[in-house]
Amino acid sequence: MAELTEELSLVKGEQPAVPGKDGKDGAHPQPVAPAGKPPFDVPTGTPTVVVDDLHIVYRVYGAASDAEKGNAVNALTRILRRQGRPQMKEVHAVRGVSFVAYHGDAIGIVGRNGSGKSTLLRAIAGLLPPHAGAVYTDGQPSLLGVNAALMRELTGERNIVLGCYAMGMTPAEVREKYQEIVDFSGIDEFVQLPMSTYSSGMGARLRFAISSAKTHDVLLIDEALATGDREFRKKSEQRIRQIREEAGTVFLVAHDLRVIEETCNRVIWLHKGKIKMDGDPKEVLAAYNKG
Amino acid sequence: MSQPESAVADAQAGGRSGQEPLAKLAARYGLRRAIARPRFPAYVRQLWERRHFILTYATSRNVSKYSNSALGQLWQVLTPLLNAAIYYVMFGLILGGRGNIDNYPAFLLIGMFVFTYTQRTVTAGAKSISGNLSLIRALHFPRASLPLAYTIQELQQLAISMGVLLVIVIFTGEPITLFWLMMPLVLLLQTMFNIGAGLVMARLGSSMRDLNQLLPFITRTWLYASGVFFSIQEKVVGTAKLPQWVADTMYYANPAASYIEFMRDILISAHNPPGSVWISCVFWAVFALGFGFWYFWRAEERYGRG
Repeated sequence: MAELTEELSLVKGEQPAVPGKDGKDGAHPQPVAPAGKPPFDVPTGTPTVVVDDLHIVYRVYGAASDAEKGNAVNALTRILRRQGRPQMKEVHAVRGVSFVAYHGDAIGIVGRNGSGKSTLLRAIAGLLPPHAGAVYTDGQPSLLGVNAALMRELTGERNIVLGCYAMGMTPAEVREKYQEIVDFSGIDEFVQLPMSTYSSGMGARLRFAISSAKTHDVLLIDEALATGDREFRKKSEQRIRQIREEAGTVFLVAHDLRVIEETCNRVIWLHKGKIKMDGDPKEVLAAYNKG
Repeated sequence: MSQPESAVADAQAGGRSGQEPLAKLAARYGLRRAIARPRFPAYVRQLWERRHFILTYATSRNVSKYSNSALGQLWQVLTPLLNAAIYYVMFGLILGGRGNIDNYPAFLLIGMFVFTYTQRTVTAGAKSISGNLSLIRALHFPRASLPLAYTIQELQQLAISMGVLLVIVIFTGEPITLFWLMMPLVLLLQTMFNIGAGLVMARLGSSMRDLNQLLPFITRTWLYASGVFFSIQEKVVGTAKLPQWVADTMYYANPAASYIEFMRDILISAHNPPGSVWISCVFWAVFALGFGFWYFWRAEERYGRG
């Protein structure tokens, strides 16, 4: 509810806010450097992620009319005639984003739903091919999250092993991390039961425990913090902080602006696939809250 | 409407490129493109490093597949058996497809089980990329892991079916010979072919969504062309009075028919396969595996796009 009103005010305040900011940014084309860090393009800060005029175009299938779908003869004629599917749509999710992230940065990404935050993360992780432009990275950035690899019908035990392998661990690493994951998630004897029997909080805790078991050079976190009860939230925030210290660079997407303000030293505001503002968390978040 | 925003973006991009193009900056610090297709040998090595994931994923899918049914894993045996029973009634008894075939139940069962393995792998392969987009968009791994895991999943099922098959074949009165030791070899060759075919189908299925609607037709035509419940030799040369080379081509050019014939040759003592069927078996295995990997790898970086 609070989020909704916040977004409503954002829609209203959109137009007047932009020209003022435009003038300010035009004068200083570079984003404001985080406090305590050298300004950009000074060789002392090592860039870890360079995003160069990135465009991402999604292909979306669906919204098919009932008459179109499922008729194999239609499908055959369409393939033979080499026609595109009428219901295929292209969504231009990220439209020309450029920035440089440095070693030790924790960058929060804010923006309304559908502004391209998650898409941008996936592109940095090298999971979505760019339509134009490029992402350059040092090492392999990883997205925090193995949800897609887990299977609800399987026991927590099997899912832990599966999730660890999906993240690229070796059998030795899996054996080493297994107990740690069970302990951290706090699901105890439920680990023997299928995940479909878990409460939503338990499932979320186990997923977070699995995904955060691996250390990464460049870590991308997409709304992982808002899970579980208060106690687990504290635990996971602490874990994130620890991961941040081990990782070179962290990107964080969250709707909870408080979390971003606490953990990030730089915030990028995405709006309709473009960077609207990039700089110090306080300034950007203040502008974002104002709309 | 978004004029002011694009002005901001342009100002930022322009302002920076005035100093140093970002691509150059990235090159100066040795940063690499986030999405780049590794060279082919490196790709195969990465795939080998992911063998535990591939195996676990295949097993997990098998376990979860039947977890909601009361009979559970028993269906892995029941499904091919029920299929074979239907085909036996349809083609063996009603349509009289058995002709002069010796030991028709074994003939039919071997054809069914061997063909089903290839058919299921091809069908699963076509969905392996398009049905796992969320996984591909979330985690990093060589994408060939998915079609490979699907093939291994089918192989695990086949292993059970083959056990049932052997029991039935012995029950029909076939003598156990040393030739039976060659069974794993045929399965290995067929698996090589299936992996290749699954990889090709995975890439096709990732871009051609309509393939899934079309596939049932293709596989059914393939089933009828593979001599699963009739003898190609008998129908083509005996009934249709066509020259012998037509029948030979149907055996050699169709990998499924080749593997079925090879397996029948091993298990049924009275069965007479076309002479050099093993050559086409080896050829299809090597060709499909090599081409499949190469063809799939060529589009590696594009699979996330959908």
